[in-house]
This record gives sequence, structure tokens and C-alpha cells, in this order.
Amino acid sequence: MNTVQPALAVDRLRTHFFTKAGTVKAVDDVSFSVNSGEVLGIVGESGSGKSVTGFSILGLLDPPGEIVTGSIKFQGEELVGAGARRMRSLRGNRIAMIFQDPMMTLNPVLRIDTQMKETIKAHRNLSDRESYEESLKALDLVGIPSPPERLKNYPHQMSGGMRQRIAIAIAFLNKPDVIIADEPTTALDVTIQSQIIHEAQMLCEKTGTALIWITHDLSVIAGLADRICVMYAGRIVETGLTNEIIDRPQHPYTQGLIGSVPSHNKRGKRLFQIPGMTPSLLNLPRGCAFKSRCNYADQVCGKAPEITSVGEGRYIRCHHPAPERVAG
Amino acid sequence: MTDILETRKLTKNFVKKLDLAAKIAGHLGANVTEETVYAVDKADIRLVKGEVLGLVGESGCGKTTVGRMVAGILPATSGKIIYKGKNTQSLTGAVLKDYQLSVQMIFQNPFASLNPRMRVETIVGEAARVHGLISSSEFSGYVDDMLLQVGLDPDFKRRFPHQFSGGQRQRLGIARALAVKPELLVCDEAIAALDVSIQAQILNLFMDLKDSLDLTYLFISHDLSVVEHISDRVAIMYLGRVVETARTEALFSGPNHPYAQALLAEIPRLDQRNRRFYTIKGEIPSPLNPPSGCHFHPRCPSATARCRSEVPLLKQVGEDHFSACHLND
Repeated sequence: MNTVQPALAVDRLRTHFFTKAGTVKAVDDVSFSVNSGEVLGIVGESGSGKSVTGFSILGLLDPPGEIVTGSIKFQGEELVGAGARRMRSLRGNRIAMIFQDPMMTLNPVLRIDTQMKETIKAHRNLSDRESYEESLKALDLVGIPSPPERLKNYPHQMSGGMRQRIAIAIAFLNKPDVIIADEPTTALDVTIQSQIIHEAQMLCEKTGTALIWITHDLSVIAGLADRICVMYAGRIVETGLTNEIIDRPQHPYTQGLIGSVPSHNKRGKRLFQIPGMTPSLLNLPRGCAFKSRCNYADQVCGKAPEITSVGEGRYIRCHHPAPERVAG
Repeated sequence: MTDILETRKLTKNFVKKLDLAAKIAGHLGANVTEETVYAVDKADIRLVKGEVLGLVGESGCGKTTVGRMVAGILPATSGKIIYKGKNTQSLTGAVLKDYQLSVQMIFQNPFASLNPRMRVETIVGEAARVHGLISSSEFSGYVDDMLLQVGLDPDFKRRFPHQFSGGQRQRLGIARALAVKPELLVCDEAIAALDVSIQAQILNLFMDLKDSLDLTYLFISHDLSVVEHISDRVAIMYLGRVVETARTEALFSGPNHPYAQALLAEIPRLDQRNRRFYTIKGEIPSPLNPPSGCHFHPRCPSATARCRSEVPLLKQVGEDHFSACHLND
């Protein structure tokens, strides 16, 4: 395992936003890696820093956001501090992103074919005819009926689910090595969600693309990911294989999250609930960010816990991890 | 088991009126017609006192429109809403007011449903005072009680909505609805905009309130695992029509309608690993131009010629279990 170079390795990444109100530590000491053909799930609630992690990898941060320290290695190549030209040649080519809102990807005043051919020709030396053929194939792959007609459409002529599939087709156009999907199915209905996940799964299997799936929905990620990172207030609090995380969570936050999923509970019974709410990233409590909501917090938690290994590929950031505690 | 509310052939069409240019074009002989969206088509639902009816379906299926008609926010195009045995369209005066107060709605977006310029005490207490449920001297204490009931600190009552988080605002929305002593709450995607850990808090609150205040819920959601958790009975809608209703256990263990079967198979669950995600073929057709016969026939794997021509009606297929599918005949 260790001899294989990961497709993407993030090491001790810190992305901070220097605002007038203070420094927002959106991503604070985050490390993970993902191998080719693997699906990594990043789970967290709003404000946990999961999207900013994605933006940092692609170099899409706008001021006042800034990568403070850390490294992002794409197939061994350092991306932190890489030039704008280099990033442009990677983005959409070797690393692609799928956003929650497909209109972040699509230009509303250009036809789909223009946008797709543009993506191909920006990175590869293909003729108009060849890039058209590739676009057709890509639309067919994501299950869009009658691709030749659809290519002539504008984004507003399509439904939300179809736009998201176009965005996915564009992400896969240049057969990237890494795809970062940021809540791609959150705004969609269950049946459309299944379709989208189905396409992503098939494409990753066929092309060996590494997939980073960012979501707040544990039930989706349980069925999709090989490994899971759980983020809370800018930090990874627990990471491990999917089975380990879902069946034997050790961090009180992960336990609470899993306990509060309705399908995990008896029908009609009270759900397990995490008290309180996510703290503001502007003034995080000293020490462990979760301590004010945690049932097991004590004096030790006034000191921030370090991320520690508790088994093969399994890390946890907590002073009181306990495998036997089961929430709910 | 008494029905608190029942809808009979409840229908809502939205007609897009022609603008001036289109009217002129029409006079000149151009082929322009008014567009009609068939949002809800002869929906029959039934709410038993003290139960939670889950109303599920994909976006555009008309579930919110049903909720709004039940809550009296939208007038129905045709059909009846029977509340406690009386047709609500024929109510007048005090009886009508009584019905309007006893059915309250909780909205999806707690950021849009609270007036940002009003203080919490006004938002929560105003309706009760205006309708004479409380006197001005009781106002302050009443607001305190309402806030405590939904788990908020009464000290917050001089604040404005923007000073609260999403979960707290949803609690405010619930307090506002409860302040006029309703018997039926229409919860329209009431937890969809909240974070996972907050969703659990609000769901628990709904269940506690139901027991302590003897409420009935029409719980509208697209999240099937939430509906499965909270509902006693479930109605599934597809493109404006109710296609299946049953008790929750019966529906989730043995859905009858092909759409219900496909929909329930798609629910992501924690205990499924490395699963294959499958798809219902095709997309939801536009309610502007719904398919003939059974609305689901273009996507249905077992559609027959009859499904293309004849609209299926809800028929009993089990105890308290109704389905609208020709395959049952």
C-alpha cells in the first residue's frame, strides 16, 4: 500500500481567512490522502471547513482567504505556491470539481456544446469535430437522452438534475485523476441523487479516477465511500475505513452524528441529539472545539487534542475516545 | 379515530395569463394559448386526530401546494377540504376564523419566514393578541411560555431574528404557530434547511409537542428516512396525484405502486455499504404537459396500453392501504 503514490495527498493544511472581525480558521491542520480509484468521503456540517478544503486544493481561494501552511501534493507535485499557469493547466484537466450548484460550472449564456468543447480544447490539441464527438460520448455516459439535441441547448432549458449531470460530464471530459465533488446531490431529489451517484461510481470504476465526495449526509456516504474523514470546526476529528467509522465511531461528535440519523433510530422514538450548535469559527472555544457540546468533556479538553493513530489508517482527535460507547 | 381533516378531489391549477403582447399576437392570428400548470390533481388525503401524516414526493409533485391549500393560504381550484365534518369553503364569520387559527403552517426556510424587522415577542405573540386569545396584560408572560415550550430562553424576546441561528429560528417559527393554539400543523419541509445535528433536535421537539399538546401533523418532506421516522401514515404523490397511502410500516415494508417501490429503493441508508446505486429511468415530466393516463407510465417498467389511456384511481389493496395502479386489477 505504502509504495503506491497517492493521487492526492493533503498534509497539515491550514487555510485561514483574515477578516476585519478576526482570523477565521476555516481549515486548521487537515491531512488526508486519496488513491486512484478510491472514494474518500468528507463529512461535516455547515461551517466545518469541508468546502474550503476543496477550494484550497484547486487554488480557488479568494482573498482574504489564504493557505497559511501545509502542503497539497498531486501525484507528488506540490500545489501550494504553484504558479497560476500551472494551476490552470491542472484545473479541469487533471483535477476537476463538481459544485453543489451546477450553475457555478455552467455559463448561462453559452450553449452546452460551446462550453464542453472549450473545456476539451483548453487542455488538448483536438479539432472541433473531435471535441464534439467527445462531448457527445460524455453526455451519453452520464445518461442524458438524445445528446445531439441537448448539446444545442442552453443551461436554462434543462432541469436541475440534468444540469448537474452536464456538470459531471464536464468534470469527467478530460478523464481527470482526481475529482472533488462538493455536495453535488444536496439540492436534488432522491431518485436524481441515485442517478448522479450511479454515474459517478461507474465513471470512477472505468477510469480509475480518485473521488473526493464532500457531503453532510452520512447515509449517502456510507453506501459510496471507501474511507471517511469527519470534520468539525475546521479540523478532521476522525478518519478511517467506512465500516469502522459507521459501525464503530470513537469520537463523540461522530457518534452523535450517526446517532441522530433517523434510519438509525427506532421509528417514533426520540432521536439521539447533539446539544447546542456549531460554534462560530471566529471565536472557537479554547482547546477542543467540541467540548461545549460533548458529554464526556472534562478539564483535559481545555487543551486541544492532537490527531492520534488508533489503528491501521485510523486517526482520531479526542482525549476520550471510546469504542464501546454507542450513542442513542 | 376521528378524521380531523379530509380533502376530496382537491385540485389546483395555476394559469399563466397572457401578457399584452401575446394577446395582440393572438388577435393577429398567432397560435398562443394560456399555459396551465396542473399542480394538484384530485388529491384525496385524510388526517386522523393525533396522528402524523407524511406527505412525500419529489420536487414539483404538488406536495407543498396541497399543504398550502389545507392551511388556507391558497384557494383550491376545485374540490373540498372538510375540517371536522364541515366544508371549509362554506364557512363564514367566527367558524371560519376558528378553522384558520386551528390550522397553522411551519415553513421550510427559517430565514425567509420571519419578518427581519420585528422583535421576537411581536413575531410570536402578535397573532394571539390580535385574535383576542390573550389580553395585553398577559402578553409578556404568554410569549415567555411559548418560547419556553420550544426550548428558547425567554430573555431573547427583545431580539431580532437575525440574532438567531437556523435551528433557533425554526423554533421561533414553531412558537409563532403554536401561539394561536392550533390543532393541526402543516410542516412544509420544516427541517430540510437545517444541519444534521440540528435536524434531530427539531424532530424531537416536534414529537414532544405532539404528545404534550395533542397535535396533528401534516408533515411534508422529500426526505424519506425522516418521514419514515416521524409518520404514522404516509401518502406518496407523483406529478400532482396521490399514488399510494398506507400506514408507515406497511408502506415501507411492502410498497404497492411501482413509483413507490422505486422511490423507497433509492433511500440511502447507513447500513448499506459499497452499494450499487440504481436509477428510475427518465425524468419527472413537466406538470405543464402531464402524460395521459397514469402519470408514471413513461417511466414504469410494467406499463400496459391501459396505463397510457386510463387514469388509475386509488383502490384498497390492504388494511388502510390504498394504491392507484392498474396492475392491481
